[in-house]
Amino acid sequence: MNNSFIQINNISKHFADVKAVDDVSFEIKEGEFFSLLGPSGCGKTTLLRLLAGFEYPTSGNLLIDGTDITALPPDKRPTNMVFQNYAIFPHLNVEKNIQFGLRKLGLSNDEIGKRVKEVLSLVKLEGYEERFSNQLSGGQRQRVALARALVRQPKVLLLDEPLGALDKKLRDEMQLELRTLQKNIGITFVFVTHDQQEAISMSDRVAVMNNGKIQQLSAPNELYKNPKNIFVSDFIGETNFLKAETKSSDGEFINVSIEKLGEFKIKNNLNIATNSSDVVCSVRPESMMISKVKSDWDICLDAKISQTSYLGEMTRFYVEAKGINKIITVSSQHFDNQSFENNECFISISLEDICLLNKK
Amino acid sequence: MNEKNNTLLIYTLLYFGFLYVPVLFLPIFSFNDANYMSFPLAGFTTEHYEEMWSKRNLHKALWASIKVGVVASVISTIIALFAAKAFARYKFRGEKISYGGIMMPFLIPEIILAVAILIIWVNLGFKLGLVPVTIGHTLFCTPFAMLILIARIEGFDFSLEEASRDLGENAWGTFFRVSFPLYLPGIVAALLLSFIISFDEFILAFFLTGSDATLPMYMWGQMRFVQKLPHVLALGAVIIVFTTFIVLLAFWLRNVGQGKLKKDIAMKL
Repeated sequence: MNNSFIQINNISKHFADVKAVDDVSFEIKEGEFFSLLGPSGCGKTTLLRLLAGFEYPTSGNLLIDGTDITALPPDKRPTNMVFQNYAIFPHLNVEKNIQFGLRKLGLSNDEIGKRVKEVLSLVKLEGYEERFSNQLSGGQRQRVALARALVRQPKVLLLDEPLGALDKKLRDEMQLELRTLQKNIGITFVFVTHDQQEAISMSDRVAVMNNGKIQQLSAPNELYKNPKNIFVSDFIGETNFLKAETKSSDGEFINVSIEKLGEFKIKNNLNIATNSSDVVCSVRPESMMISKVKSDWDICLDAKISQTSYLGEMTRFYVEAKGINKIITVSSQHFDNQSFENNECFISISLEDICLLNKK
Repeated sequence: MNEKNNTLLIYTLLYFGFLYVPVLFLPIFSFNDANYMSFPLAGFTTEHYEEMWSKRNLHKALWASIKVGVVASVISTIIALFAAKAFARYKFRGEKISYGGIMMPFLIPEIILAVAILIIWVNLGFKLGLVPVTIGHTLFCTPFAMLILIARIEGFDFSLEEASRDLGENAWGTFFRVSFPLYLPGIVAALLLSFIISFDEFILAFFLTGSDATLPMYMWGQMRFVQKLPHVLALGAVIIVFTTFIVLLAFWLRNVGQGKLKKDIAMKL
């Protein structure tokens, strides 16, 4: 397995005075399902289009499988793309759409026929050869776009928010299916999305982007559990931020005073400076416990429920806790909106679930 | 409410009457067995239509008009296609000014355009004839063709062209395999309308033809002789039918792909 199959070296792309991609460097492994995740305008789509060849970088270079592709036009690159709107050719039927990219490959008619057949069965569209784009559902169009790109057997498949236009149920199905497909064929996928849940559930690794820069590049569970900065912590999943100040440190641990709750020893994974007020503590809603009676956890607070929202598999509580002057969110699978009398409850936090972050 | 509707109905009828009744006299009198355009009608005849077959000058003028129309519409549609693509797809410096530049012949009085071309052409030492007429018509038709094509291309999904490049086609392949077939209804509409505009055009032809008359020039020439009037009426009637058909066809084509007709066409292609 080639660990630096795709190399992105100091890539910048400026549009007039906007730095869409700002000096980004990283590598993507061969056969990896890699996601670029971020809010709209973060530069993820620009980066994908740079890989596809629809844009050329202002500076930096791109390598795929050892070949410098920086200056190559899209038709000379070993990549194929699934477009956000699928871009199915409306004047061609499904079969002709899929054959479109095979003409330049110099294959025999038998080989073309065979490949089209194979890819149609791969995306489960047998029997749809004669249909036109307007006779297909959103999900089917997406499969045609996928088949059309895969039939060329690219080294890298680029996907630009391909699930965005589908309804939720279909999207969940396609997530699983795409993931399985990618594992089976072993082609490197670079997947762009703004949906953090989608990125986390499908990818081997995720690069979180904001303002044209990579904020963090890690495996999904790392992103969730050990965010490197406040942006990632906020963008991935839900979290509560608590005001904090760092005091003295004894190497691995650092003393942190959190709001009016007191001083606690917290693991300092990110080497955060001592005696700084530019820090914040992040606690996930599901890592806290809501209960009717006091607990013996590291922190246990009297609290009052101000709102609840029942979500079926869990309930989200919005509570005012003593010593914290903002509403915090706690989720529970055990209790629901009927569970508490007079809205009185206790909120417990374990120190190991507190994540200390720099504000900037 | 009802009263208001009636007023509008009367207005509409008057409007269309004003527009079309005079035109209708042409076909009516073209079948009238007399040399004068006056009521009462003298009787039915197709003699004026038969007469058209024997007029060699008419045939020559028709052929001249077709030549000019075909060349002018093809050249202006090609120019208009490039321009329309640029305006619909890209943002560039001087966009507004070049757009205005191309639209100019649309706004300049035709007679001024004609005189300008005449002066330059003659001063360059060339002879008047169908060539300067074709040049004038090309100038004059380009803005029309461009407006039609911009309307077509503006709704175009440019990711289709990117998809084609992505699937291994170069710029030319992309044009011929993707853009051209999808622009085609617009291109044909632009060709047809340009042809009709050139075919009907009088002022430019009047100044620039010299001795090679186009069809409108021929008609104008015949009007001076009373006994020749009836076959000009017949000719006019034929032109009305032909022009109406082409214009309707052009508008139908222009709308293909912008409504539900797209599906029908896509299925046939």
